[in-house]
Amino acid sequence: MQTTYLKNVSTLTLNVDKCIGCGMCVVVCPHNVFALQEKKATVLDLDRCMECGACQTNCVAEAIYVKKGVGCAAGIILGVVKGTEPTCGCSGGGCC
Amino acid sequence: MSIIKTSSTLSLSDRLGSIKVRWGIGRTIYMKEPGLYALGEPDENSPVIVTANYKLTFDIVRSKLVGFNLYILVLDTKGVNVWCAAGKGTFGTDELITRLKATHLSEVVAHRTLILPQLGAVGVAAHEIKKQTGFKVVFGPVRAEDLSTFLINEMNATPEMRQVRFPLRDRFVLIPVELVGFVLPTLLLALFLTGLSIFHHNGLYFDAHEAKIILRNTVLAYVGGVAITPICLPWIPFRSFSAKGALVGIVLVMLISAIMTPWLLIMTAISSFIAMNFTGSSTYTSLSGVQKEMRLAVPLQLAALVMGIVWFMALRLIG
Repeated sequence: MQTTYLKNVSTLTLNVDKCIGCGMCVVVCPHNVFALQEKKATVLDLDRCMECGACQTNCVAEAIYVKKGVGCAAGIILGVVKGTEPTCGCSGGGCC
Repeated sequence: MSIIKTSSTLSLSDRLGSIKVRWGIGRTIYMKEPGLYALGEPDENSPVIVTANYKLTFDIVRSKLVGFNLYILVLDTKGVNVWCAAGKGTFGTDELITRLKATHLSEVVAHRTLILPQLGAVGVAAHEIKKQTGFKVVFGPVRAEDLSTFLINEMNATPEMRQVRFPLRDRFVLIPVELVGFVLPTLLLALFLTGLSIFHHNGLYFDAHEAKIILRNTVLAYVGGVAITPICLPWIPFRSFSAKGALVGIVLVMLISAIMTPWLLIMTAISSFIAMNFTGSSTYTSLSGVQKEMRLAVPLQLAALVMGIVWFMALRLIG
């Protein structure tokens, strides 16, 4: 079962010209968003992206941009209340 | 430099601790001391597994490594699991570097390889670790249960091991925390509605039968958002969680034959709002997506609740 969320919302962008084809994004992505084709990364399905930011953090070529954040309604509400960026308020569990 | 002994066996208190934490009891203090742990009888060539100091995480990792001799490097994530901590940056590049120095790991092992959980990649830049410490970061499987296979297969993770899923079992274990988290607001709303229900067109009086219906309906909508929607998540139409929750709310209203009553609006709003909050527990929602969903859903939920309450009052004041 492949669970996908809303369509066309992810802020993920890949600059293919900068990509050196190391394949790290393919390894770290928890939702199989990337693949390596002809020694370059390519986005297989943008709608699977959850904006966790693992690919950006581990892209040595800085070819990936994504506005990283928590996909959490409670975190967004907390952010609005506190006047900060959406933050995850929970301390453990599977939550966040 | 001190290495702490540990084992793959979970004690009764470890097991009770897991149950408590799943139910949201004392969860803020469920931590393990950060540092270097020896599982079995590791030597200088043994693998090093890096994890968070949320005790539930640490216990799952060690219990899945029965019979292995290795080191577990526990980072100080303030008692938060790997994925959340990586998002916050506490399971991050800086903390890993600090912990490597504090434990003098480079003097304990002869090799220069660290095995990190894949979800730690959100916070740890492998190339930075290599550059600053000389250690090579290998991202292992997402789930601790695949660690032993990963180690046996010479540190190769199958595509299956690299993907986050959200199966029924995973959704199920998250329900208790949701149940506990929303019980008070739900009961307060029921109490508020009960307070309003004493107003009638022919005076003020308390109707116990009506109070029971209020409690039942509110709790039913709560169960819809807190349990039914999460359990049935992939089978309910719509992608947005608030829409899924609203649909469950409407079905529940139909089941109690209250479709032409204020409960249609009130129960749908409750179920939708609580279900929307499950986005935080799910493993596949993005910030941009949840923001988009909320821009539409929150005003609708508020409007439905307010209109439902107005309807509820109008019925009794007009008579």
